[in-house]
Amino acid sequence: MKYSNQLWKQRLAGRLPAHLAEEIDVFEDEIELRRQGKIDERVFAETRLRRGVYGQRYDNGQRHDGITTRKLPYPEDKPTKGPNTVWDAPGMQRIKIPFGGLNATQLEVLAELAEEYSDGVAHITTRQDVQLHFIHLDDTPAIMRRLAAVGITTREACGNTIRNVTACPYAGVCRDQVFDVTPYAKMTAYYLLGHPECQDFGRKFKIAFSGCSRNPCALVRMHDFGVIAKTRENNGRLERGFEAYVGGGLGAVPYQAKLYSEFLPETELLPTLVAIARLFTRLGEKRNRNRARIKFLVDKLGIEEFKRLVEQERAQLPEDPRWKEALEEIPRYREEPRRPAALVEIEPAGSAEFREWLRRNVYRQRQEGYAAVTIALPLGDITAAQLRRLADITRNYTNETIRTTVEQNFLLRWVSEADLPAIYEDLKAAHLAEPVANTIADITACPGTDTCRLGIASSRGLAAELRTRLLERREPLDESVRGLRIKISGCFNSCGQHHLADVGFYGVKRNKGRYAVPHFQVLLGGQWGENAAAYGLAIGVVPSKRVPEALERILGRYLAGRQDGESFQAFIQRIGRAECLKMIEDLREIPTHQADPSYYVDWGDAREFTIGDLGVGECAGELVSPTEFQLAAAEREAFEAQLHLEKGEAGEAARRAYEAMKRAAQALIAHRLGRAPQDPEQVVETFRKHFYDTELFFDAFARGKFAQYYFNAHKRNGGPWDEDAARKQIEEAQLFLEAAHACYQRLLEQEQPVI
Amino acid sequence: MEVQHINIKIFAREPAPADLAGAIPVFHRWIQQDATGELLIDVADYRHVPEGPGVMLIAHEAHYSLGPTGGRLGLLYNRRTPATGSTREKLEQAYSAALAACRRLEQEPEFRGSLAFDEGDVEVIFNDRALTPNTDETFEALRGELEAFFASRWGQGTFVLEKTGEPRERLTVRVRRSPETALRA
Ligand code: SF4
Repeated sequence: MKYSNQLWKQRLAGRLPAHLAEEIDVFEDEIELRRQGKIDERVFAETRLRRGVYGQRYDNGQRHDGITTRKLPYPEDKPTKGPNTVWDAPGMQRIKIPFGGLNATQLEVLAELAEEYSDGVAHITTRQDVQLHFIHLDDTPAIMRRLAAVGITTREACGNTIRNVTACPYAGVCRDQVFDVTPYAKMTAYYLLGHPECQDFGRKFKIAFSGCSRNPCALVRMHDFGVIAKTRENNGRLERGFEAYVGGGLGAVPYQAKLYSEFLPETELLPTLVAIARLFTRLGEKRNRNRARIKFLVDKLGIEEFKRLVEQERAQLPEDPRWKEALEEIPRYREEPRRPAALVEIEPAGSAEFREWLRRNVYRQRQEGYAAVTIALPLGDITAAQLRRLADITRNYTNETIRTTVEQNFLLRWVSEADLPAIYEDLKAAHLAEPVANTIADITACPGTDTCRLGIASSRGLAAELRTRLLERREPLDESVRGLRIKISGCFNSCGQHHLADVGFYGVKRNKGRYAVPHFQVLLGGQWGENAAAYGLAIGVVPSKRVPEALERILGRYLAGRQDGESFQAFIQRIGRAECLKMIEDLREIPTHQADPSYYVDWGDAREFTIGDLGVGECAGELVSPTEFQLAAAEREAFEAQLHLEKGEAGEAARRAYEAMKRAAQALIAHRLGRAPQDPEQVVETFRKHFYDTELFFDAFARGKFAQYYFNAHKRNGGPWDEDAARKQIEEAQLFLEAAHACYQRLLEQEQPVI
Repeated sequence: MEVQHINIKIFAREPAPADLAGAIPVFHRWIQQDATGELLIDVADYRHVPEGPGVMLIAHEAHYSLGPTGGRLGLLYNRRTPATGSTREKLEQAYSAALAACRRLEQEPEFRGSLAFDEGDVEVIFNDRALTPNTDETFEALRGELEAFFASRWGQGTFVLEKTGEPRERLTVRVRRSPETALRA
């Protein structure tokens, strides 16, 4: 959509890491191939998801405008970008930020992208990612290039892949940590990125690192795989390792992760993850996406059997030299302060506001004289202008040590205590010093109906409303209430992590007469601490517009009824579900539409409420087999061949055409035999033996003719080429690819179980 | 020089309304009524973001937002799809669309009497750092077009142009009609 997309390609040529540049070129080709109808829409959808290019609400080309569902009249000259997904409809770009670590230049680039391609706002997610909304698909390669130029990739930010690897934002500076997990999270993120064993999952896989078991910063127990730093004595040496958990997850059915190992030595971290990935690929559910997360596999097998099978896989893994190399990097990881340490009185004279900010937003690091400062963002949103100011602050006061947090905030680390008054003033000038960190007003919310296809009620609308009310309260909140957490999801899928909050909400719909009414299910007593140790208790639904009253009552009841020092969780446990329900029961009453139509409109909206806009989520991704991916990659090679021919590069064109055939042959071999050889000679021989001699590849009319094209091309590969010969080879490659697709289809039909 | 993605912000007169909630039903109505003749998609509420876009009307060709970006309330027209014609024609298109939206907003029941825009107090933002980098050279190269366009609107010599902001921002030009001229208008 941007006029300058190709300019960025030229301008950044040679300035990106080669592997990232190639990846983005490949994606750009895939966009072009889809535009030409040469990639199936499902394959393309999963392809873009694996680059973090996500769908958004209304991208099916229709929307309920409050009166009726209307078609959004996008130009009709383009294909879909996924099943039922309009090419020109705005989408979302998720940007993976391993362990939430960013630097000042990266903040500035995010600001540029938010302004030029999005709506001027960047959004921090509950998994330390950054998201930009209202993005056009055609702009995504330029966005990726600009990110790659500052060392950020969007690869595998969505889709059925290893998602962003998260870690405590305090890792390295935390007073409670066993050791700094940052370099381990980093090593894991980059080792698993694009790892061949992680490409055929039935669903996504999320990993988290925590430095201690007490604090909630990494929420290990709600992850597919999560580890907590641990050490043990081994022959007089202190050995590093992890308490490892597997099979946790929120979603509609929340599961607490099971203890996989009380001590997984650091040397076993990567091999164990690869072994788990292999097992998940092999035994994980693929057809029913609702049961495809690893938590279901762990549950089905039982943790002991799961562990036995992982260990079996582990034993068969060939040694990977990168395991050792990655570990050798660990001691080299360092974060240094920019300014000298200063031991100052942490409650100095200053304005009441400043003291409140010190109290709420500032954390004394384990390193004397330094503090970590939380920048609490409203609903995880930050403007481009604020990002630039934050970049300046990050440069001026620290060695560019800033992280995103799972509470949708930023954490500035290594601030000299002497600089706290000055940094407060700078943050305040940028509207980034609100003293609400770690308080009830710092509400977490998923995108909900604002942009998510699956949203039922407006989680962000409700969060904004509650936040405003909490901040504008006249009488101050009691300390015991101020420290509680509120988390809101737009539907039961729990991206807002509502299960883990003291007070959680998720969107549902109820009817009154012929009208739909937005509601929220209320959950109480979830445990954020101890790495998400307990999930909340669902007590009943309340109309959206009465949630603020419900919250007031719940907090009031706790304050009035708690027994000395009783925590909110303990209080909820003690009074039980029935008592909890009584607190909100009368609020469930809904006036008729005629008496009060405001109940029938969601927060931050003006339309009559409907769930008619609900779509199919892309969270799960499209289930696309590796064979389909390989065939798509072969198509891309053929496409590249054509481009080289147009540039007069006959030799390269012919080589690419040959490569296309080889890749398609490998795809079929891998499908049939599990793995394909890499050596071109072996590929030809294996293909001949299993597809030509058996006549599996034969076309009803052309018989083995298309396979012969490949054999001939193999013989000629590397020889001199003129334009005509190269063109002929490209045409033959196209025919070979067609035959490969047809053969794959026949194989699938043969493999269908007979019922 | 190829110029695309011109944004126009027309500032609101003081006193500007503090509460922008009224823009939510207004923009939803615009969608229902196809008010601008463009493909209008949805409404995004960013009132919680300090100096953010306020309330946005998300659209295919261009987003509209009523908000305090940069610290002052205004209506921002943010062109997304490439526009055709000369730079002058693109300026004309963006400014006219922004001004039409301002006039429409002023007449909406939610804002009638409480919101007025000063069409002579404008920011032109070139929302593409590759095409129009934020440099003095780009500004000088575009100055003539900008002067000619605003002269055609307000009259020769009745306004001042000023390049604003810092180098990391997009090329931004503030255009202000001089107070005497504004009074006469
Ligand atoms: S919880 Fe539901 S509404 Fe919220 S982002 Fe997840 S799928 Fe969407």
